[in-house]
Amino acid sequence: MLRLPRFRFVSPPSIEEAIHIRTEHPATSMYVAGGTDVYPKMKRRQFQPEVVIAIGGLVRDDFRGGTLAPLADTLPSVAEEGPLPLGPLPLGLRIGAGATLTEVAEHPRVREGYRALSIAAGLVSTPQLRNMGTIGGNVCLDTRCNWYDQSLFWRTAEGYCMKTHGDVVCRVATSSPRCLAVASADTVPALIALGAQINVVGPNGARTIDLAECYREDGINYLALEPGEIVTEIVLPPSDGWRSTYLKQRDRNSFDFPIAGVAAAVRMDRGVVTDARVAITALGSRPVRVDASALVGTKLDDEAIGAVADATHKAARPMDNTSGTISQRKRAARVFADRALRSLRDD
Amino acid sequence: MSELSILGRRLPKVNAWAHLTGSARYADDIRLPRMLYGRLLRSTRPHALIKRIDISRALAYPGVVAVVTGADMPEKMGIMPSTQDETALAVDKVRYVGEPVAGVAALDEDAAYEALSLIDVEYEDLEPIFTIEEALDRDDVKIHDTSKRANVFKEVHLSFGDVEGGFAKADHVREDWFFFEGNTHAPIESHSAVASYDADGKLTLWTSTQVPHYLHREMEKVLGLPRTRIRVIATPNGGAFGGKSDPFGHEFAAALLSMRTKRPVKITLDREEVFYAHRGRHPVKMRIKTGVKKDGEITAVEFQSYLDGGAYASYGIATTYYTGALLTVTYRVPAYKFDGVRVYTNKPPCGPKRGHGTTQPRYAFECQLDKIAMDLGLDPIEYRLRILQPANSRTVNELRVTSMGLGECLRALRDRTSWERKRSERTKGKGIGVAGSAYISGAGLPIYWNDMPHSGAEIRIDRGGGVTVMCGTSEIGQGSDNLLAAIAAEALGVYPEDVHVVSGDTSLTPVDLGSYSSRVTMMAGNATKNAGLKLREQLVTVAAEKLGIPADRVNLAYRKVYDLKDPERSMSFVEAANLAEAKYGTLVGAGSYRPPAGIGGNYKGAGVGPTPAYSYQAAVAEVTVDLETGQLTVDKITTAHDCGRALNPVNVEGQVEGSAYMGYGEIVVEEQIFRGGLHKKPSLLDYKLPTSLDTPKLETILIESVDSEGPYGAKEAGEGPLNPVIPAIANAVYDAIGVRFDETPITAEKILDALGKRDNRGITKDRIGPTGLGDGKADPKRAMRRLEASTEARERKKTQV
Repeated sequence: MLRLPRFRFVSPPSIEEAIHIRTEHPATSMYVAGGTDVYPKMKRRQFQPEVVIAIGGLVRDDFRGGTLAPLADTLPSVAEEGPLPLGPLPLGLRIGAGATLTEVAEHPRVREGYRALSIAAGLVSTPQLRNMGTIGGNVCLDTRCNWYDQSLFWRTAEGYCMKTHGDVVCRVATSSPRCLAVASADTVPALIALGAQINVVGPNGARTIDLAECYREDGINYLALEPGEIVTEIVLPPSDGWRSTYLKQRDRNSFDFPIAGVAAAVRMDRGVVTDARVAITALGSRPVRVDASALVGTKLDDEAIGAVADATHKAARPMDNTSGTISQRKRAARVFADRALRSLRDD
Repeated sequence: MSELSILGRRLPKVNAWAHLTGSARYADDIRLPRMLYGRLLRSTRPHALIKRIDISRALAYPGVVAVVTGADMPEKMGIMPSTQDETALAVDKVRYVGEPVAGVAALDEDAAYEALSLIDVEYEDLEPIFTIEEALDRDDVKIHDTSKRANVFKEVHLSFGDVEGGFAKADHVREDWFFFEGNTHAPIESHSAVASYDADGKLTLWTSTQVPHYLHREMEKVLGLPRTRIRVIATPNGGAFGGKSDPFGHEFAAALLSMRTKRPVKITLDREEVFYAHRGRHPVKMRIKTGVKKDGEITAVEFQSYLDGGAYASYGIATTYYTGALLTVTYRVPAYKFDGVRVYTNKPPCGPKRGHGTTQPRYAFECQLDKIAMDLGLDPIEYRLRILQPANSRTVNELRVTSMGLGECLRALRDRTSWERKRSERTKGKGIGVAGSAYISGAGLPIYWNDMPHSGAEIRIDRGGGVTVMCGTSEIGQGSDNLLAAIAAEALGVYPEDVHVVSGDTSLTPVDLGSYSSRVTMMAGNATKNAGLKLREQLVTVAAEKLGIPADRVNLAYRKVYDLKDPERSMSFVEAANLAEAKYGTLVGAGSYRPPAGIGGNYKGAGVGPTPAYSYQAAVAEVTVDLETGQLTVDKITTAHDCGRALNPVNVEGQVEGSAYMGYGEIVVEEQIFRGGLHKKPSLLDYKLPTSLDTPKLETILIESVDSEGPYGAKEAGEGPLNPVIPAIANAVYDAIGVRFDETPITAEKILDALGKRDNRGITKDRIGPTGLGDGKADPKRAMRRLEASTEARERKKTQV
């Protein structure tokens, strides 16, 4: 099998220390949490860090016995008060970025209040990789491309591409001024549809950002984070009145990255939509939030859903660099938006 | 013959626990003292001359012990003696990306890996050929100098019966083109070889191979070491499916590196390298023309196949013939013309994959028969039942058919699947389809011409009643060790767990040609049975004397030797064995098997197709098509398989289900495809092998026709059941959406295209597939330009560093 290159593995005791080490080796270090994407990419020499800094254990959050908690500044913590009754979370939820995808997918509070996230996390790759991979890692997932996600041998034979060698063309579209690698995280559109923010800590302190603002339309510099910043928490707003879902297109029912993904969330009040968000993944270099305002004030009727499905179709810009084809994936954007929204109707 | 005591029972495999717990010792599990780790440098060019190889920097790298290149082993080799066009490592020229060029042995894997990048190879690029059409047309580019016409590897032309007259008599003639995309075996165990050249000048090679005997011959030829000093041991294969039945570069490289260093050397391929080793399913374009009477009776068939062979021969001659040979054994074909051509292209060599060469034409023929049934307004099952080739007959191409259970298979399927009801329910997007097929139980001829047995077995009985079977077969997970144990146990009246099987060892076991062409049950089974019956006779003789009864009343079963009339009169198997050893000396029985003469014709090319007995099978597939996304879901596959006799029904069902799953993958998702000369998806993430969550519900019906030639009536079960699944799914998709898929795989994109939902123009199609051969002139220089762009990019990169 392919083997990992030699590297130095450090497991710092604190986030501050982790940031310090990262800043000391700006060009040659990387953070790692679950390692389900970092290590395979190191084996294929897509990443060649000299120092790998383990942060997964540092961002699992402060709550004993759980990686998810209601917003703690206003609610008693789970550990103190015992399990809270399930139901809408009027104050929201925050998730330590080191929570595994299995933990997120299976957590009763996520299933209850943030169904799209539970579904999306449960559809990532395989059970084994979900047990290792973290939600923070998925949020920061490297963009993918079938010219780039190949071994060093393969890329040598090809002559490399822009993503690893700045002076080489983009193989997907040789005239493209930017890298066209694809945003491929499942949980991100779900989180965007749910209105998530993330807390990050970096060399210049802590800040909170809307997740939707975290991504750039650029396969290389796809994250709008500062060098050295660590995602520590995902913060979800109150779930009352919201219902949500996520639909994923892939070749197989396990293991595969999305080739199209649509998350939809609507807030309903007595059968009428009061707020709505739709977001897509794997249909461009960044996850895109789609304008779903046409749904507001309606009862999720066909016409409004059709308008949003059209908008989703328009927002989808797949290129020929994943499995499947452009037309199939672009079509899936519309069909899945339509199906996702219909599934949120009252029966 | 008395009642069977072991065969026919649902017993666990004798090696089940070792395989289930992972304690079976595969080649890569072997670690020998002072062992070195080897890796191969592979070509980054699809077609290029090697101008120079400089290994000095690699040799100087810390930890590297030896480096070998093609020049060290220039002898031509290959599985088929008549078409040896390969060398262990490339000499002077490379012909596909991934072809082995040099081998490094080092103290550890990391050093070997790093050293590869220090081997300097200077290439001079040649224009590559990637398609069948280009290969047929381009006389100016030669992948091999041996090709007389363009890049043709082999052409075959056969004609039987009055073809012209047949078509003249026909009331209805159909002509269709098909394309079957290439795919690969993807065994879970990647190829691995450990070579150890000892101080006495003897070489032992442990390797995951299906063909230890053929490899033994090639080792002698390439290494220049007499066969008496080479021992090849086939380790348990973690799946093979035909992909481990060629001699491979890494096996020779490990051997030569061991000879050079006097240390054991292991080379295990990584997953990507397995995709380059390939020898998988050929992409084939096919034209098939069939004439029928009004009632559907076939009057003539004309079949043409164009095989994309990749860069080397492999089994290509056999594959080419197989595309034409077996079309005649399922349904009555009174006149038949077959033209086949296999071409070289600059891609990894294609070879035998489960169903070898018969899968593609079977798909084409069964899809066309479905169309004919529709044209004539006949039910597809009823139609096939009408035109069956009879049992104990000869086909137009002179193949001998013995038992023939296809009719029973089809009838069983009709009942079990509620065929008529489901067929009459018309729900758009839901469909059900059927197809039949046949396969050989072992090739009628060996790969090199000889009059010796195809399989030999030796059985020994020890003084504790233990039985050892020695046979040159290779356990590839199909259950061959289990089968030999069960047959020996049946012959001698003991239990399979009393039998120790030693297989696939050229020093210890008599020659068996290998675990390919579904030959083990038929040939090694018969050899083992014969060996066992010889010993049985000795045991019967001594027991009859001791018990004072005539020999024909002695039976052996359940570790007892007893009087059939008075079972109380008995002795234990051990007692009988000890008596026999006292009388005859050491108890060793040898048996062998060679297919009978006269099972095929005498014309040139008649060597491919004959077999002691054909297995027959049919499958019904039920599918759902998502009309909006184009997603095809196969809900259920029911396979009926005529295996002659199920010597172990669990084992047979496992083979049938495995075949159905593999066939499903081939038509729904899998494809070995290239972008330029580069494999597009050389990983298990990107090459979409179905997962357990994708596998349809599988049901198996076993049909037992009890064949006269098979051991205890058995025929093959490992390959044939793959074939009907593929056309059954294509026919079910037609039933679901009214679109013919005359090419594989059936992707969402193609379904959307047919439904007019691929773009805004809304043009629907009733068929997806080729309409003929392309002209081969579609921008022939494109690949070269692409290559140059890459090279330039690389050069730019170099100058900047």
